[in-house]
Amino acid sequence: MSLAEPEAGTGAGAEEAARAGSAARTGAAAASRPVSPLWSLGFLRSELITTFRRWRTLALFGVLALVPVLVGVAVKIETSGGGTVGGGDGDGPAFISQVTNNGLFLVFTSLAATLPFFLPMTVGVIAGDAVAGEANAGTLRYLLVAPAGRTRLLLAKFTTVLAFCLTATLVVAVSALATGALLFPVGEVTLLSGTSVPFGEGLLRALLVAALVAASLIGLAAVGLFISTLTNSGIAAMAATVGLLITVQIVNSIPQLHDIHPYLFPNYWLSFADVLRDPIYWDDLLKNLGLQGVYGAVFASAAWARFTTKDITA
Amino acid sequence: MAQISPNTPRRKALRYGVPVAIAGVAAVTAAMVPALADSGSPDLPKITAKDLVKKMAKSDVDQISGTVKIETDLGLPSLPGSSGGQGGGLFGGRHGGPDEEKGKDSGDSGDSGDGKSSAAPQEKLMQLASGEHRLRVASDGPDKQRLSVVEDAAEYSLVRNGGELWAYDSASNTAWHSDLPQGDAKKSPRHGGMADLTPDKVAKEALEAAEKSGTSVSVDGTAKVAGRDAYQLVLKPKGKGAADSTVKEIRIAVDGDNGAPLKFTLSPKEGGKAAVDVAYTKVDFGKPSASTFDFKPPKGTKVTEGKLDRKARGAERNAKPDLTGFGILGGDVSDWGKVAKIDMPRVAGSLIDKDKIQVPPNGLSVDGKGGAQIEKFLDGLTDEVKGDFGTGRVFHTRMVNALMTEDGTLYVGAVSKDGLLKAANADAK
Repeated sequence: MSLAEPEAGTGAGAEEAARAGSAARTGAAAASRPVSPLWSLGFLRSELITTFRRWRTLALFGVLALVPVLVGVAVKIETSGGGTVGGGDGDGPAFISQVTNNGLFLVFTSLAATLPFFLPMTVGVIAGDAVAGEANAGTLRYLLVAPAGRTRLLLAKFTTVLAFCLTATLVVAVSALATGALLFPVGEVTLLSGTSVPFGEGLLRALLVAALVAASLIGLAAVGLFISTLTNSGIAAMAATVGLLITVQIVNSIPQLHDIHPYLFPNYWLSFADVLRDPIYWDDLLKNLGLQGVYGAVFASAAWARFTTKDITA
Repeated sequence: MAQISPNTPRRKALRYGVPVAIAGVAAVTAAMVPALADSGSPDLPKITAKDLVKKMAKSDVDQISGTVKIETDLGLPSLPGSSGGQGGGLFGGRHGGPDEEKGKDSGDSGDSGDGKSSAAPQEKLMQLASGEHRLRVASDGPDKQRLSVVEDAAEYSLVRNGGELWAYDSASNTAWHSDLPQGDAKKSPRHGGMADLTPDKVAKEALEAAEKSGTSVSVDGTAKVAGRDAYQLVLKPKGKGAADSTVKEIRIAVDGDNGAPLKFTLSPKEGGKAAVDVAYTKVDFGKPSASTFDFKPPKGTKVTEGKLDRKARGAERNAKPDLTGFGILGGDVSDWGKVAKIDMPRVAGSLIDKDKIQVPPNGLSVDGKGGAQIEKFLDGLTDEVKGDFGTGRVFHTRMVNALMTEDGTLYVGAVSKDGLLKAANADAK
């Protein structure tokens, strides 16, 4: 990941030290009185702010926001002559033929286009960097000086990664909604089953889709966090997470390996399209949530087992 | 400032036990829950096969909605039809390719020359004949039905409401509309081509045929299908054709409460996966909401007017034999070992009219000149055999064997290879 900024060593280092200090202060305050819930929230808040303020994170958001714009402009140009997208035979990303009828479908097209690789890749970067990046920059031990405890630190890290999943998905969705509303008409939404629902309900379904897409990333986020606790090199953790994602996606596309597909975390990712059926088809959606839950629990607890028992020397 | 972990190895192992335990519990749950939900033998009062068949015949479940899973594994992409039809009808003339499963070839409909829109139902229903599909069905009385093929990020819906038939394909955002002849709607409510694909219809047809052919019908315990208690009706070939038949058994799960068929399984003698498996995964006998059958073409959708003329209906029927055919379920069948004989029309220079038959997987036609490469390719697909009928080639699949002789006669049957050769020999004499 070339996005790793060179100033991380100095700038981030100072930042982390300040953060560790603030955590220590809250920690000291908490030690003198019964544990208040704000205590861990303060820790989490500093984590969130550090992660979301990084240039790297902002650059990722920027790239994610650009995808719907590109898709929208491409569809607009292709159909400006009155043609249809992909010859009208259903080629191209899902839902793309409906985009010209309703700008809201750009949300679904963009999510369908980014979900296989783009979105999870950014999650892999953030999750892989979460612990290993700190170790790499030599700031992990400063964080642990605070009497916050490793479990609490890991919890804050995991929550931050999950917050990133949600934010990244919303960035794509909001950018797509804005682009779609700007370039195409909006109005009644035609569901996959051919029934039309008012725009308001369409918007609600889009929100549900975004939430489900964000939830789809939980499994990968936990895997990334676990990998992050295994190594002291942030780059290695990111590369391993993203590499794993690509490998799993390839395995998931080989029909001969059909029997193991239901156990792979990306298998039901595109099930979010089932929200657009009438009535909503819940089978795969629930399977997806269950699978993400299992992956999340297994790998988050594995990360906890690893992180709370390893020697931290950097 | 290094943080050396104070934990002993034992505590470490204990902590790693947590993810392992979670994974274990998840694996056990994943294995147990579906097994518990859809297996076990519910307690139902004993019933004789005759009573069960009567119960099915009496059953008049008009209101039903649910999810149907269709799994078809015939071992070939497109299957010659039932033995009951005329020569032309046997092969349907459709271009069945291995890509049918993907549901992406709707654009091909132009090739068939009918000028049908991609939302026209014939092509779509053909796709159901191979691979695994999920359908959502709803029915309210004889003239309100809805069938939706659940595809990846797309859906194909067929809605019948009184005299109107609508089809909508979300992948291409096209619709297809047809007025059903009124008399037709009254006369044969179940022949709309959609009810045909529910376990209900498939099972009923099988039963009618079973009475005529030499078939043993028995009740084999109970099962749980889609959360409902059901009897299992088993049909097995018996009599003179049984030894040659490729069919091991047909199993129909019948709702113990209202006699509606819930599951239909056709098992080949070769073993392995069922050749045809049509089952409700969810079922509800309540009245579906009226809006289910309301269809208005969405704004911006291209609508094609179609007519379900005789030809189209023929094609639709041809979509069905892959599920119900094999010369077992047809009307005039009296023997499980039946073999159909077809004299292939000769077309200038070629042994086989390539519009009528295709040798899978690539639709390769047998050229009379027989290039060495084609010969080699054919060897990979078929076995050369000799007999009283001369020389021929046998194409073997799990359910059906076909023998094409040099003089252009085709023998097809749901019988084993030996049975087929025996029949061909007898015929040649």
